[in-house]
Formats: sequence, C-alpha cells, structure tokens
Amino acid sequence: MSYVPDRSQYPARKADGTLDIDLTSGKYLKLWQGPNHPGITGNMSVELTVCGDEVVEGKTHVGYLHRGFEKLMERRTFIQCFPIVCRICVPEPDFNEYCYAAAVEELAGIQSPERADWIRTLILEMGRINSYMMYLGGQAGALGLGVIGQWTTYVRDLMLDRFEELTGARIYHMFILPGGVRDGLPDGFEKRMEETLREIESTMQDVYEVMFCNAVFKKRTIGVGVIDPSWLESYGVTGPNARAAGVAKDVRKDQPYLVYPQLDFEPVIGHDSDIYTRADVRRRDVLVSVDLVRQILAKMPRSGPLMATVPNVLHWKIPRGETYIRGECSRGEYGYYLVTDGSGYPRRVNVRGPSYTHAMALLERMIVNLNIADVAALMVSLHTYPPEIER
Amino acid sequence: MNELHTRLKNLFPLGELTEQRPDLSFVTVPQEHLRSLLLHLRDHEGFSHLILLTAVDWLEEGQFQLTYLLSNRGKAYDIGVRVMIPRDAATMHSIHEIWPTAATYQRELREMFGIDFPGSPRIEEEFILEGWNDIPPYRRDFDTLKYSDENYRQRPGRETRDPAQHMKQQLYPDGTT
Repeated sequence: MSYVPDRSQYPARKADGTLDIDLTSGKYLKLWQGPNHPGITGNMSVELTVCGDEVVEGKTHVGYLHRGFEKLMERRTFIQCFPIVCRICVPEPDFNEYCYAAAVEELAGIQSPERADWIRTLILEMGRINSYMMYLGGQAGALGLGVIGQWTTYVRDLMLDRFEELTGARIYHMFILPGGVRDGLPDGFEKRMEETLREIESTMQDVYEVMFCNAVFKKRTIGVGVIDPSWLESYGVTGPNARAAGVAKDVRKDQPYLVYPQLDFEPVIGHDSDIYTRADVRRRDVLVSVDLVRQILAKMPRSGPLMATVPNVLHWKIPRGETYIRGECSRGEYGYYLVTDGSGYPRRVNVRGPSYTHAMALLERMIVNLNIADVAALMVSLHTYPPEIER
Repeated sequence: MNELHTRLKNLFPLGELTEQRPDLSFVTVPQEHLRSLLLHLRDHEGFSHLILLTAVDWLEEGQFQLTYLLSNRGKAYDIGVRVMIPRDAATMHSIHEIWPTAATYQRELREMFGIDFPGSPRIEEEFILEGWNDIPPYRRDFDTLKYSDENYRQRPGRETRDPAQHMKQQLYPDGTT
C-alpha cells in the first residue's frame, strides 16, 4: 500500500459530487452505524463507506424519532403545547418550556415576575447539570469507560430528586408556564440542594481522575475529531463545541436573558477543539453551573408573586406577530421561532436545536478519514440529540 | 436598526420592516434579491451566522413565507429576512454555497412543505419520510386525522372516546339523562 499525503483527493469524486468508488472491487465496504444508540447520541444512523478501517464517506440518516411536533403544535391551543415542547429534549426539557413560554409572553405582552425569573434560571442550570451528566457518561462509555456512566447516572438521579421535590416530576416538569412558574421552593430545598451539589463536585473530581487523566482516553481523544475554527460560522456551531475551539460563544453572556446579568461567571473556553477538549469544557461547565445554582439560591428573593396575570387560557388569542427566543442550553444555542396569526393556535412553531447543524452537515464533514472505532466517540463529542433534528 | 435599514434600503428594494425587539427585526425582500442581500449582510454587515431557515404556510393568501434568521454576534443583533413565494410554484434559490448548513434546512423544507431548492446537495434524497404518498405534511391543508384514519387502523380498545359521551354512558347505561 502506498501512502497518499493529500487525503482530500482520496477517493476522487465524480462530476455530480458522489464518490468515484466501485463497491464491487472489494476495496470499499458500506456499513451502517445505528440507528441503535452508538453511544448516547439517540436513534440516528450514519451510512459509512469504509476503506479498511478508515471512513471515506459518512451520510447521516435521521427520522427514527420523528413525531411531527411542530405540526401537532399548530393544531393545539398555546397552553396545550406544553406537554409537547418538553418532549423535544429529554436531557434538558425545561429549556423548551422556557423558550416557548418566553416567546408566547413576548407576543402576548406579558411580563413574568422577578421571583419567577430567578426560579426559571435555577431550573435551567439544574437541567444543564443533568444534561452534562448524561453526556459525560456517554462520552466515557463510547470509549469503554463504563464506570463513569454509573457515577454520573447516580448524581443525575440525585438532581432528579431535587426536580421531583420542586416540580412534582422527574423528567418532564411543565413547571415554567407563560406568566411565570407554578410554585416556589419547598421547605428545606436549599439544604438538600447543597448536599447534592457537594456530591456532584466530589463525583466530578473522581471523573477527572479516572477519565481525563486516563492514558487510553487521552490517546483516543486528543487530536481526534478536530473542528476547525473557520467552520464555526459556516456550519452554525455554537455552545461548548464552539467554546472548545476558543470562541467564547455563550448566549448567557452575549445576549443575556432571565437573571444571568446578575450572576458572576465566565464562559469556559478550550483551545484544541478535539474530542478531549470538548469533554473537558463540559466537565468544567458543570462546575460553573454548580456555582451558579449556589449564587441563585443565595440571591433570589424569598417572597413576591410567581405568576403574572394571564388571560383565560381556554379562550386565549394572541395578536399576529413573529419572534425568536434563544438561550444557551448544554449543547449550544437553542431557540424557538414562533409565528402567530391572531387566532388561539400558533401559526408556526419552529424549533432551532443545536443538534440540527452539529449532527448533520458538520458530522458528515468531520467523519471523513476517521477510524471506524472513533466514529461513536466523535458523534457523542458533538453532544447531539436527534429529537431536536426531527421535531 | 434604523441606520442598518437605511443603508440596506439604498441598495435593495426592501419591503415591510418590523422591529420586534431592540435586538431583533424582520424585513421583507423580493425573491430575486435574497441572495445578494444575504451575501451583503454576511460580508459587510457582520451577520455571519445563519440561525435558522424555515417556512410559514399562509394558505389563505396562497403564499409561503421563507424566513432566513441571521445573527450578528459582535453587535448582539438578529435580523429575520422574509421572502414570500407563491404556494403553487414553490421554488427558491439554494443558499448552501453561502452557508453549507443551509442544505439540511432546504432538504427538510422540500420534504415537509414541498418547496424546491434546485442544486442543493442531496435535495432529492428523502430526509425523514419514507414512501410518502400524500401532499407534504407540514402544509396547512394536510389533514393529519384524515391521513391517519385512511392509512392506519385502530388497535382494539384504543378507540378515541368523546369524554362527555363516555361518562354519560358509564353513569347512565340505560340511556336516562
């Protein structure tokens, strides 16, 4: 075999852009990865064309989870959409509730009370920690470090306990509604939250020592799956994936919402833009969120209204208009584009999940020349979630 | 925003402008000027990030609204560029050469709304639906219930009941009211 230094021309492409390969030659093989979970990326497939153990082309295929959420919302009243929006993202459902509620509030001219904004921020940071815990377990699991998943699942379960006592539910909370939030903090919540935060910090130290100082993990992730900083704008890369490439993109700082301007934090930055750096940025982001939860609990008002006056939701009509509400979720910029036509139903709801750009066009570009064994690790490192793609 | 709008208005035949928030505006542009406007916004005004591309079906007016939402990170400002295209000849220029990620949005719009983007990568390939045999499902005139009734059968015991009638039958099985 001869070494070809310029991999961009290997194999050649035909005039129509497809690869110039002969699958019957025995040199190339087509195989599918997924739609089973190849790590913790959810149900999506990558159609791989490989030469030996090297990927020469990868095409993503989605649609295994499509439930037509956006269409369903057009046939439901504004309040009836809440059980739908939170199901678009299992790891971080509250984010959808916040974005949708804030979009409805803006078009309807409703201002949520200050205390509700503090509780919303608390919930979003708790959700962010939950999401990162799922990610860290998945990233380690994709490279054979199963024990990390067990540890992170344990502390995520503690955080779900806090969610349960705050909202009455563990996964889908439906706690953030247009106008405010459903309730205040229960008695003793701060004390139990502090115990959970200490447990998370302790676990994160263990994760650091076992995962990030592990020679195998380092060898398989450092220098692998690099996102070139010049791709960030053209592929719409946001959040930790962009911050791992040295660009401080964080909606919480760039276009602050809720009570983030009153909190003291700095976006976590990495520079090498490989799988290891993306994982490390997220690990450090967990610690930032832990600190933010402490700040929120220390500063938030203990009394005051939790809900603004809203119209009777059964007869609620919103004037014609359109808006876009964004926020920083654990995977990057999340947003809701809402169009109303004066009726009691949304005219159009479009969900802009970060996975849409990260898991389709970007992954297809990054996967070329990768070793098959590293495909799952790369997919997890982008922290994508298929229901955001096929809402 | 007014400064930006004035600058753009000197170069392009812009239509209606809506200032939704201090950091978000929407502007309408004719179909044939979209590409040059997007290039100008990207290269000269700092709107280098395509947040999303989606469509709104204004069935009653016989039009699709395409919304290209762009962001200027440095100035923390967003602009939504609206393009109205006829519903019965829904074809639009592809912008995948300006933002590669737009190809994914365009594939979805072709499948879900039936809007064609000639020349866009993999535009002919199915995105989510397989073997679809009806009008594009996100169009307003697609009836989800009718399609479901025609193509799927109810599993015994899972029929939808009108709650009021169901309770009446449970409480008064002999038909007394």
